[in-house]
Amino acid sequence: MNKPKVFIANEIPKEAEEYIGKHCDYIMWDFTRRKTFQEIVDIIKDVDGILEVGMKIDQELLKQAPKLKVVSNISVGYNNFNIEDMKEMGVLGTNTPGVLDNTVADLIFGLIISSARRIVESDADTKAGNWKKGEMDKFFGKDVHHSTLGIIGMGRIGEAVAKRALGFDMKIVYYNRNRKPQAEEKFQAEYMEMDEVIKKADFLVVMTPLNDETHHLIGERELQLMKKEAFLINASRGPVVDEKALIKALQEEWIAGAGLDVYEKEPVDRNNPLLEMKNVVTLPHIGSGTKKTRDEMGVVAAKTLVEVLQTGDSKYIVPELRNKQKED
Amino acid sequence: MGKPKVLIGYPIKEEILEYVREHCDLVEMDYSKPITYDDIYEVIDDVEGAVVLITPIDEKLLDKANKLKVVSNITVGYNNFNIEAMKNAGVIGTHSPGILDDTVADFVMGLLISTARRITELNNFVKDGNWKKIENNHLMGNDISGTKVGIIGMGRIGEEVARRCSLGFKMNVSYYNRSRKEEAEKEFGISYKPMEELLKESDFVVLLTPLTDETHHLMGEKEFSMMKNNAILVNSSRGPVVDEKALVKALQEEWIAGAGLDVYEQEPIDPDNPLLKMDNVVLSPHIAAGTQLTYDNLAWNAAKCMVGILEGEEPVNVVPEMRR
Repeated sequence: MNKPKVFIANEIPKEAEEYIGKHCDYIMWDFTRRKTFQEIVDIIKDVDGILEVGMKIDQELLKQAPKLKVVSNISVGYNNFNIEDMKEMGVLGTNTPGVLDNTVADLIFGLIISSARRIVESDADTKAGNWKKGEMDKFFGKDVHHSTLGIIGMGRIGEAVAKRALGFDMKIVYYNRNRKPQAEEKFQAEYMEMDEVIKKADFLVVMTPLNDETHHLIGERELQLMKKEAFLINASRGPVVDEKALIKALQEEWIAGAGLDVYEKEPVDRNNPLLEMKNVVTLPHIGSGTKKTRDEMGVVAAKTLVEVLQTGDSKYIVPELRNKQKED
Repeated sequence: MGKPKVLIGYPIKEEILEYVREHCDLVEMDYSKPITYDDIYEVIDDVEGAVVLITPIDEKLLDKANKLKVVSNITVGYNNFNIEAMKNAGVIGTHSPGILDDTVADFVMGLLISTARRITELNNFVKDGNWKKIENNHLMGNDISGTKVGIIGMGRIGEEVARRCSLGFKMNVSYYNRSRKEEAEKEFGISYKPMEELLKESDFVVLLTPLTDETHHLMGEKEFSMMKNNAILVNSSRGPVVDEKALVKALQEEWIAGAGLDVYEQEPIDPDNPLLKMDNVVLSPHIAAGTQLTYDNLAWNAAKCMVGILEGEEPVNVVPEMRR
């Protein structure tokens, strides 16, 4: 029997590559430059599986890949999947939930503390040689301990953030489509309507997946509900926040600052006003970015890809595409 | 009887100045520019009480301050006190323990995460317009959750850091301290290790010892060479606890992966210090305790300690070396 053919579109650890090599034939992209659509088309015309990060999987691409059975995302978010198109073409999609929860939650706390305590700003000032005696209050920040943490979207990462907040004696309020009684008990988290969470939070952490319902979930109205001394933290997906509204809120001081790992457009535009703001911490979508976690994600995604190619099923098939074949 | 004459050698909020004026005869000073040692020396003659932040209380000053009874430090560290000279002059020194613990512990975690996850470096990378492609394997940081942190100096701030690391970040916490802290061991699930073992095993080494003759240059070349290549040093105690020359060497020669520093051997830091050029080092200008709320609380404490002593109440928050 012929081995299935796989396109590895993003860098993966040696272990993941070897695993795929054992079970499949594969083509690996040269990662030194960006792929054009035509180059991708040439590769995918006879592949059974694709391993990638953030590649747009829609009708246009799927039409070029008649043999494609599965696309394996090396990430937990999968808003790059056009679910309807994939359903129609009978292509499965998988992600890597669970692996990165702690790593993302660590970074979210980094965003919380570094924006509240002005760490990037004072680091730049100190490195520029500007530190003078008697200016202690120049970089006074806001306390994190005993403040109120608002979480919108209490999934696995939301819970990992709540766990960290316990170490800081923070009060936790949250909103989620369905209540999470276990999380409420474990973290003394209080469930509230979304507007109430927004009004109460000193740090508002947005942790929802991106879908039609959550697109621009945080807009002008919501930003106006926030406390003037509060910070918005987004490490989920950029379009969950209406970035124009956020810029306005920061310029007009409706809120104190923001910690961002994601943007409506990535990489972020060089002339985006957010890049000029000292009270905004801007990171390059690095939430899951530690070597160990990325390696683990690569291995999980590779194993999932092979599993689907061999068995037609995996627990990591995204919910909207699950049982696809049983329905057929 | 007249009110005792006092001075406040660092700007604090008006409400506290008002309180002091009610109880004492406050020497009015110009807080629009930094108040120097010389400014204080100038007016110290009849002063009975002083609230200061980092002003050295030395023999020269004490010789001129004939009526001085109490000096209250706004902050918790008091290495600006010449303890022997103060004892000889019969001057009580107070400080402000217990107020800034949470605020400092927050900042220690901020330095730890910022260094491990390269937050300052990557923020600058994005803001300078260098983020050009999605592929970001060259921007990876170090893990925090699940790693080992070693805390040197397990006082109140150490315990707050241990709480955050252990309960919040699921880190494996060990500590070194002159005395064992069995309660903290139980409460936070942390373990005592000899310093050498702690240095060899830890992914993060956090310094929280006070500065004394014993802890001066506690971290030198020998200690840095024991640390793991991927380990990170966090210092939020006092600068001279670290031999800075040795640290610079350890970073330049990649004995360790990075450092998060709030304190330095010389403060403000020399603009030519090689640390200023290092992307893998996060620097802050001694602001671990720096939130408005905490500063106000510290200043309130110092003012009340001073006023209390001058009004004949039982002294509180006297520094340990001067307690009877």
